[in-house]
Amino acid sequence: MHFNDVIQFAFHAMQGYRSRTYLMLLAMAIGVASVILLTSLGEGARLYVTQQFSSLGTNLLIVLPGRSETTGGMPPIMGETPRDLTLQDVAALQHLHHVKQLAPIVVGAAPVSYQQLEREVMIMGSTASLFSVRQLKLSRGQFLPELEITRASPVCVLGYTLYKELFGNVSPLGKWVRVSEYRCRVIGVMEEEGMSLGMDMGEVLIMPAASAQTLFNVNSVFRILVEAQSQEVMDRLKQDVIETISARHDGEDDITVLSQDALLSTFNRILTALTYALGGIAAISLLVAGIMIMNVMLVAAAQRTTEIGLIKAIGAPRKQIIILFLTESACLSLVGAMLGLIFGLAGNWLLQRYFPDFPFQAPDWALWAAVGVALSTGILFGLLPARHAADLDPVQALSGR
Amino acid sequence: MIKLDHIYRTFEVGDELVHGLDDVCLDIKDGEYISIMGPSGSGKSTLLNTIGLLDRVNQGRYFLDNNDVTELSETEQARVRREKIGFVFQTFHLIPRLTAAENVALPLTLAGVDHDERNHRVEQALKSLSLTDRAHHRPDQLSGGQRQRVAIARAVVTRPVVLLADEPTGNLDHASGMDVINILEQLNQQGITLLLVTHDIELGERAHRIVHMMDGKVQP
Repeated sequence: MHFNDVIQFAFHAMQGYRSRTYLMLLAMAIGVASVILLTSLGEGARLYVTQQFSSLGTNLLIVLPGRSETTGGMPPIMGETPRDLTLQDVAALQHLHHVKQLAPIVVGAAPVSYQQLEREVMIMGSTASLFSVRQLKLSRGQFLPELEITRASPVCVLGYTLYKELFGNVSPLGKWVRVSEYRCRVIGVMEEEGMSLGMDMGEVLIMPAASAQTLFNVNSVFRILVEAQSQEVMDRLKQDVIETISARHDGEDDITVLSQDALLSTFNRILTALTYALGGIAAISLLVAGIMIMNVMLVAAAQRTTEIGLIKAIGAPRKQIIILFLTESACLSLVGAMLGLIFGLAGNWLLQRYFPDFPFQAPDWALWAAVGVALSTGILFGLLPARHAADLDPVQALSGR
Repeated sequence: MIKLDHIYRTFEVGDELVHGLDDVCLDIKDGEYISIMGPSGSGKSTLLNTIGLLDRVNQGRYFLDNNDVTELSETEQARVRREKIGFVFQTFHLIPRLTAAENVALPLTLAGVDHDERNHRVEQALKSLSLTDRAHHRPDQLSGGQRQRVAIARAVVTRPVVLLADEPTGNLDHASGMDVINILEQLNQQGITLLLVTHDIELGERAHRIVHMMDGKVQP
């Protein structure tokens, strides 16, 4: 029997039983589409995080107080609070070799008001160098002035959303806003920007670090961002930072230094694993579709008993009947997979359209894997019904028993 | 050309052994026209299925064209059915989703005959049975007589040497039944060996030879 005749026979059979064909195709298509969409979600998360990290700036070390590593000893029963990082620590780091620039970050929340309008917002205390470390952009005015790190100054820069909410279309430059019980003068407004590492940069107020410390009545610094001169000196610099702080903290090694690359690769690993896991979960629906194919083909073998008897009577050996039935389930799953591919990619396109900030992107391997798994489950689960059909006794089959 | 030599075929029905064929011996020459008659359950259809290689025997030898086909493998028996035997059934057994022409072409398609050759032979077969204008109708758009003619076309399109007809008029009115019988007899006159199972005495007597069956035995 010629290959295209076999295919034609399969398609005739598919057309002959429309409702079951449509249901099967739907099941397969949903399976394949869900693999595509879920892996696209996982991959999107990975790309999103990667993008967020690279928007943070390059060659960046992040210094935070406390050690996050376990040493394998007894857990500290008495409670061992790490020493805080202070602005003096920051000043000490500033003079290290290989440091291009650095910016301390002090954060907290406080009510900000202008005339009758008040908003509770995130306050970020830092220095002038935050501007280039974080690669921020201004829409008007200027950023924080170059001051000594420990100097306070009653000035602030507004996030774009905050500016719109407090001032509308009035220019805020030179106006005084109230932050909790302090007052500061607006000297700049940042450009409209999306989320950055889960922090909406549109809704922050940035002021000098020392001013923020006064505002929140603290001496500590939340993070220090250190930008190295180049990629090559990152490891050296990391060591220097640890040693410098340790020397200042009575020889206590009580800070954690993260490099952006290390963080990024960790996130990458986690999120790639997540993508695989999501793909795997979605593949279960393909398995279910495969079992449905088996079910439907078994019913088809039962419905078409006399047809099978006839085909045997007019000279088809067992092998040929297996081929005919397998081709039918393979065609069902292949067409279903193609539909699923179309649904999946269309869904992906819609997601991209409605959530342009999030990079939905089905990985190539997922497309191949989805179609491959669909086809192989179709054939695998088609095998049992095909053999069942081929084993029918022609005399009994013809009499419809 | 067909020689059955002490054929036995038993079935188990519940705990009982039923003799479908009991020591059947039969010689059929090329081009003969034989009717097989007998009451229900006498083994007529079993005999036909045995000759058609749809059923296996328990004992005895079956020679077709001087070849022992009793012990052939399943695949080889399928080939013999395809090349030498044509079937016509009481209930037509047309595939409902295929057109008349596609139904007729089916044995050739399964045998892997080329597209052009296939079309040519289907056309001829349909023409000889005056079905050319019905070629693209599906079975449910045809009358009973037309359906049986399509089935006959399908049986002869492979140019078999034996045509086995199991109650071919059983589901037809008298006129279409006679029509079908006339076609089968014409085919017989063209040289095909015709075996007709019937319990209609009038039809049975038209054959060259009548084989009477009773309880799985051929009556002398």
